[in-house]
Amino acid sequence: MRYISVFAVPVFILLFVAAGLVKGVGVYDCFAEGAKEGVRSMLGIIAPLVGLMVAINMFRASGALELISSALSPVLSFIGLPTEVLPLALLRPVSGSASLALVTDIFQTVGPDSPSGRIASVMMGSTETTFYTVAVYFGSVGIKNTRHTLPSALTADLTAILLSSAAVRIFLS
Amino acid sequence: MLNYIWGFMIVISIVVSLFTGKVEETAAGAAEGAAAAIESCISLLGIMCLWTGLAKIGEKAGLIRVFAKILRPITRLLFPRLDPNGKAVNSIVMNMVANLFGMGNAATPLGIKALGELNRLNGGRHTASDEMCMFVVVNTASIQLLPTTLISMRQAWGSASPGEVIVPVWIVSILAVCAGVTVAKLFERRRRL
Repeated sequence: MRYISVFAVPVFILLFVAAGLVKGVGVYDCFAEGAKEGVRSMLGIIAPLVGLMVAINMFRASGALELISSALSPVLSFIGLPTEVLPLALLRPVSGSASLALVTDIFQTVGPDSPSGRIASVMMGSTETTFYTVAVYFGSVGIKNTRHTLPSALTADLTAILLSSAAVRIFLS
Repeated sequence: MLNYIWGFMIVISIVVSLFTGKVEETAAGAAEGAAAAIESCISLLGIMCLWTGLAKIGEKAGLIRVFAKILRPITRLLFPRLDPNGKAVNSIVMNMVANLFGMGNAATPLGIKALGELNRLNGGRHTASDEMCMFVVVNTASIQLLPTTLISMRQAWGSASPGEVIVPVWIVSILAVCAGVTVAKLFERRRRL
């Protein structure tokens, strides 16, 4: 299991660069072009991230997060979720930049290798910004009645949130 | 929606801080948050560029087309009523592969194209067809072979093993997609009965 995780990154890089060379793609030029897109999308996220990190930090520093967490802690301990990841579980389907800010906050306060850091990682990696995706896709073709899309997609999110702590316990301890 | 969440978070924080006596900490928290956001953006920027650069090479090398063949059987399971060689299935498969490889910039236009095809088959109505719902459900659960943003963030915050979460992420996302697809299929069946 560990081996797959360790080799995934180099194999991925090798596959892409080798495929590029075989197909006669100007790999370096292409890389630079793609990296430029990375800069552009990163620039787009800076300002929202500042706003959200400010709100999250205030929320935690004021003790409001603690209040909510302690109120919900019986439920959380029942499903094996540390209180630090509760805000992430709640906001993940709603906003991509907010969840990015929350994961950053968890990594900064307890570290990416702590149990909460790992659970937040699995949660972040296995879910999407459901509401945004649904809005973009159905908006593009003018669909007004999305029928069972949201209940089904949110079931998937809930499954990922509930399983993430179990997955960390099983695979990473 | 985020407008309300953000606004309420700030208002609640300040009100709560008056009761908990942490007014000073809360004000400091705002400044720390702003600084931390910039720090994390800077440390993330390089690694993010590495991945978007690689994704571009894969896109230009036509990796999407190569891997689309492997995914075809899955589309038969998800969309039994679509022509397996039709334009719609073709775009759906391309979108799925782009998502798998984390080519977000390529995946969204392909997905919109796929949905356009499905919309045409649906007669351009304002109500989504079963296939459209299924396609969007699979997209919202997005399985990614390499969760690059996540790995970049773990690396930026000094993880001893940034990639250790890859296998658990795969397993959890596959189970999540299965749950979403099952619920969607149940809804489809209920409607047809």
